[in-house]
Amino acid sequence: MFESLSVPGLGSVVAGTALLGFLCGTLGTFAVLRKQSLMGDAISHACLPGLILAFLLFNSKESWALMLGAAISGTIAAMVILGISRFSRVKEDSALAITLSVFFGFGLMLLTWVQRRPDAAQAGLARFLFGQAATLLDRDVWLLAAIAIPCLITVFIFWKHFQLVCFDRSFAQSLGFPVFLIEVLLSLLLVMVIVAGLETVGVVLMSALLVAPAVAARQWTNKLEIMAILAGVFGAFSGIAGAVLSNIGKTSIPTGPVIVLFITLIVFLSILFAPARGIVWLQFKHWRDSKVLQLDSVLSNLLNLAREHSGKQNGHSMAMLKGISSNPSGVPRSVHKLLEMGLVSEVDKGLYIPTSKGAEYLNEKTSHMGAPLK
Amino acid sequence: MTQAQLEIQLLAMATAVACSLCGVFLVLRRMSLLSDAISHTVLIGIVIAFFLTGDMTSPWLLVGATTAGVFTVLLVESLQKTGVVREDAAIGLVFPALFSIAVLLISIFSKNVHLDMDAVLVGKIALTPLPSRRLEFGGYDFGPKSLALMIAIIIVNIGFIILFFKELKVSTFDPAFSKAIGFNPYWIHLGLVLSVSTTAVASFDAVGSILVVALMAAPAATAYLLTDKLSIMLVLSCIIGMLCAVLGYWLAHFLDASIAGSMATVAGILFGLTFFFAPERGLFSVWQRAKIRDRKFKLALLLVHLTQHEGTIRELEECNIESLHLHLRWDEYETRSVAFEAVESFCALQENKVLRLTPKGRIIALESLQIGTNLS
Repeated sequence: MFESLSVPGLGSVVAGTALLGFLCGTLGTFAVLRKQSLMGDAISHACLPGLILAFLLFNSKESWALMLGAAISGTIAAMVILGISRFSRVKEDSALAITLSVFFGFGLMLLTWVQRRPDAAQAGLARFLFGQAATLLDRDVWLLAAIAIPCLITVFIFWKHFQLVCFDRSFAQSLGFPVFLIEVLLSLLLVMVIVAGLETVGVVLMSALLVAPAVAARQWTNKLEIMAILAGVFGAFSGIAGAVLSNIGKTSIPTGPVIVLFITLIVFLSILFAPARGIVWLQFKHWRDSKVLQLDSVLSNLLNLAREHSGKQNGHSMAMLKGISSNPSGVPRSVHKLLEMGLVSEVDKGLYIPTSKGAEYLNEKTSHMGAPLK
Repeated sequence: MTQAQLEIQLLAMATAVACSLCGVFLVLRRMSLLSDAISHTVLIGIVIAFFLTGDMTSPWLLVGATTAGVFTVLLVESLQKTGVVREDAAIGLVFPALFSIAVLLISIFSKNVHLDMDAVLVGKIALTPLPSRRLEFGGYDFGPKSLALMIAIIIVNIGFIILFFKELKVSTFDPAFSKAIGFNPYWIHLGLVLSVSTTAVASFDAVGSILVVALMAAPAATAYLLTDKLSIMLVLSCIIGMLCAVLGYWLAHFLDASIAGSMATVAGILFGLTFFFAPERGLFSVWQRAKIRDRKFKLALLLVHLTQHEGTIRELEECNIESLHLHLRWDEYETRSVAFEAVESFCALQENKVLRLTPKGRIIALESLQIGTNLS
């Protein structure tokens, strides 16, 4: 059904990576907001022993069997992480690092033990580590969809609960929500997504796919529903782009890394240029605010001087204004701007007084600030 | 035990010690996950250095990898400093990206060059005793090259820790105080990052990148559950690391499996045992303590109950051992056993199924009440 594209098999690869990207983006949103970005990394590494035990137990390389094993060991790992950081003084970062490396090491031991030959292990391991997006078949896409749709429906049903737990855990607790169960449910969903994606993008890149779309989406919105959808769209988009780009040339470039680099590019652009939260935007706002502030402070200085020296209708010179300004080099430009705006007039050559309009302007500004603080 | 086996174990032990020393500070400073990030991104340093020198054994590879490690940390920190991304997300963004670049570079440019990614992740400690990997000088055989390198790293790490012990301590446990007395903790932080990177790169060749994380985090966290003193924690985590190395080696030997994987497994088992059975902070002794405290409290409560009804009309009913649990609203079985304990410890006497206080029991009850009123 996905064979319409020119490269044979590319259709299902594109569909698969797009679906996976959307799923990862949506679920990753919750992980990032709950400061658990690296949970995904740990869980995905921890799937290895389950994968191998499932292979031993069922003696098959069927996707569903391996996925079941991976899901079980991923779930155990998630519980171990929660348990260590809850019941001992070992902090969450160490709990993550230990679980990740020990589960992975155990998996490695099992793998080499199964194969009895240290070098033969590499083929299977490479697949686990880097994924094989290029070999996605229609069947795999259907399996992916079979996981994705229930996950997304669960998110939809428990939307309010997830939202509350993400933003105000203690409030949720005080309302009587089963916070711990909701957290377990979120972790389980995370495990499902990871298991679904392992075969496609592999361990290392899985964690990127969970974190990056959510971080990028966070830049563009303050609303959770928009963030989740946007993260999904970013994920899907980079999945498609990665699949297409890595199949353009004659040499086969691994799809996973291309997807990750693409989503990293989106993150980079979002961090720099997103309105309201982007770095460039913030810098611009800072610059604009400092200009306005400079303008106001020059005007207010001039007004104060005029009040103190009342009676005399002569103005004050630029040099005087520079002397009391915190940023003397910016004074001439501010004065010119004030002249242009008609808030200040030049009474004599080089001497300035505020106009009545200027006094009004400043009055209005300060009235917004309310009563002066004492 | 053959010489080859001895050499592999020595290298494993040396690696474990070098990693544990750094790991202690990573665990205490909540930076464990940086070891995960560094151990992934050294790959890009190796790849770039390899492309520049064209030689897989060049020492520049070590320099490149260490630089990449430090670069990773700096990148994570500058991303964090923008205030847009939190630390966990920053780590999760940086290392997969750098790792992806490395993987792409390898797959595009080095199709026919031997740069084995799996060896990078799994390590090749088993190849240690091979003739090509020996350090020979003036006709003498000084053992495996990687062992010599590892020992050098251990010496540097120990030197760093001894020289800056005070600074490390104060900046780890109280960075604000460290700043207040005019010492910028950032320099120590950088030194630590450099030392972690160097150690990760050197260990990496032997045990692979994932195991570096295990050897840095697990022994140190295990030691953390056993002691409250930094110096003891350092020594303990080295000992635990060496234990992982030796036990891991023999486990691998008997299973005919990966040495690195077995070492990580042993490290996990040791951590798990400590997590449950550590004398002070183990889960069981914590539970036990809670249980003893609970029991003591219940005994005091029972005695207080008895004082309240002593000499009243309802005494026969309230202090009857058969119905005691109804008045205290406790589990029947537990009430029996607390009452039994009260009798055993001469705090109460049993007369016709009614509990009566002894002078000792009365004193304990009054003391408990006193504490109660003082608290309120």
